[in-house]
Amino acid sequence: MNETAVKTENLTRKFGDFTAVDRVSIEVNRGEIFGFLGANGAGKTTMIRMLCGLLVPTGGMGHVAGFDIRTESEKIKQNIGYMSQKFSLYNDLTISENIDFYGGIYGLSPAEVKEKKIRILKELNLIRWANSMTADLPPGFKQGLALGTAMLHDPPIVFLDEPTSGVDPASRREFWEVIHQSAAKGITIFVTTHFMDEAEYCNRISIMSAGSIIALDTPRNLKKHHQRDSIQQVFIDLMKEETQSPENRAG
Amino acid sequence: MVPKRSVISSFAKKEFFHIIRDPRSLVILFLMPILQLIMFGYALKMEIQQVNLAVIDFNRSLSSHHLIDQFRGSHYFRPFYFDGSIEQIETLFKARQAHAVMVIPHDFNRQLQRHRSTPVQFIVDASDANAATTIRNYIAQTIRIFNQSHNRIEALPFEVRSTIFFNPDKKSTYFFVPGIIALLLVMISAMLTSITITREKETGTLEQILVSPIKSYQIILGKVLPYIFLAFAIGVIILLIGIFLFGVPFRGSIILLLVLSTLYILTALSLGLMISTIARTQQVAMMIALISTLLPTFMLSGFIFPIASMPEILQYFTYLVPAKYYLFIARGIILKGSNLMHLLQPTIFLLIMSLVLLVISIRKFEITLED
Repeated sequence: MNETAVKTENLTRKFGDFTAVDRVSIEVNRGEIFGFLGANGAGKTTMIRMLCGLLVPTGGMGHVAGFDIRTESEKIKQNIGYMSQKFSLYNDLTISENIDFYGGIYGLSPAEVKEKKIRILKELNLIRWANSMTADLPPGFKQGLALGTAMLHDPPIVFLDEPTSGVDPASRREFWEVIHQSAAKGITIFVTTHFMDEAEYCNRISIMSAGSIIALDTPRNLKKHHQRDSIQQVFIDLMKEETQSPENRAG
Repeated sequence: MVPKRSVISSFAKKEFFHIIRDPRSLVILFLMPILQLIMFGYALKMEIQQVNLAVIDFNRSLSSHHLIDQFRGSHYFRPFYFDGSIEQIETLFKARQAHAVMVIPHDFNRQLQRHRSTPVQFIVDASDANAATTIRNYIAQTIRIFNQSHNRIEALPFEVRSTIFFNPDKKSTYFFVPGIIALLLVMISAMLTSITITREKETGTLEQILVSPIKSYQIILGKVLPYIFLAFAIGVIILLIGIFLFGVPFRGSIILLLVLSTLYILTALSLGLMISTIARTQQVAMMIALISTLLPTFMLSGFIFPIASMPEILQYFTYLVPAKYYLFIARGIILKGSNLMHLLQPTIFLLIMSLVLLVISIRKFEITLED
């Protein structure tokens, strides 16, 4: 794979008259943790859904892992992991059965699934829980397990759509440690969040408002540029500017 | 490339876990149809057993007594004397005290002694037309028997001797039990699958599946397979109860019946899946599944109302009702001992229906991903 993991040019998605994503162009490098910030309804989820092949764009172009999101979504699906806002494991299956199932639909052999299962359960300290119902698992573990399952097939690119909403701070830290370890192995992480402290963990962040990107840089540069101490304050400044002059958007 | 079978079997296995992990629903799934079968089986009868027959006897002779006894002797009638005038008959009907009235004339006995023909008047309440026809037939039969033993004057030019095949006692239960089975099978099967995809839409797991390389046909087949076994198990139970509890004579091949029942179940499961791809919530899916199976099966399959007596336009609609074909099959095999060659046409129709519904589900499913 080349060094660019995700690339879009003027990517647009309209729902009727409403433009959810408006001419967004980004380039994400391999092994990068790329954060997407924005208020609810800013277009973060729509953006991710287009990149994962769940939504067809109405305009612009996009490539994921070198494949065209319009015509090669089947190949993209082999190369990405995805974790949505909702908990996506089956509560009425055991932890082991959930991993077997997702391994199966990605076409992994039983031996591969078994090996990966042991690895994930060890990392999460869940070996004892393997045959427990997923519903009985504490919330923090659930998120970790969902991430492990989403990365079962060793995807080079992982999309995380608000993965830490509803998770306690301690579990969030652990979660981000796993993300950093994965990025160190060369996995590209594409993550949306509305926790501003989490934004600091990203290599680069883009801030979205009303479907457009209004800022894109490293957390450090953004803070320097806006002369602020935290991304939270940068974000608030940007949102104020937006409401004062909605037509004055960076496109 | 991905080995196809293992993907489908992984999916089917997961669906199987969903089924067995919900024992409460499972119990309802097995008990509900059994109870319904028993209720319907005893309630649905066309025979009219006790016809209240009011008798106005102007003759009061030995012969008229014989005639009344003839009616009393058949277990269909409950004759009672009515002392009112003929004008009061309407009141009898309106108050539901009598279903029919027999008026025996003054000279009944005398005319019989002289070997002459004599009219006996019957008045039948036809507010229920079907019942009235049945009552008329019972009366004609009873009178014929009476004439044979008490009045031998008339030599008929010819006599109709009909032989009734397959159900000589003309028990309507034999006719209805396959219909109830057809209704229950289609209802349960369609409802089973109708909620499977909508449930995953609601919980969000569907999205997780859709970002994986799994193909829609693998999802649809993986969903249908475990439910075939479940619905088949339910089907076997209600077939056995239907046949043994109601003493329906079984003349054909049980294996053929089971194979074709499975085909019928597949049609219904496919219908449920198609509904599941369209509906957004489980509740909506259940409602559509219930309405689209219950009413057409009741009204348009030939379950109760003969298709031949429907208006022409409605008759065309019956081709879309899977239960119509299954009724040919089930009644044919159970009551007549039909073999596969006799039932080729309904079998092919069911096959085509299943395939079309499955293909529509897969197509619809591909479209659903996009919004």
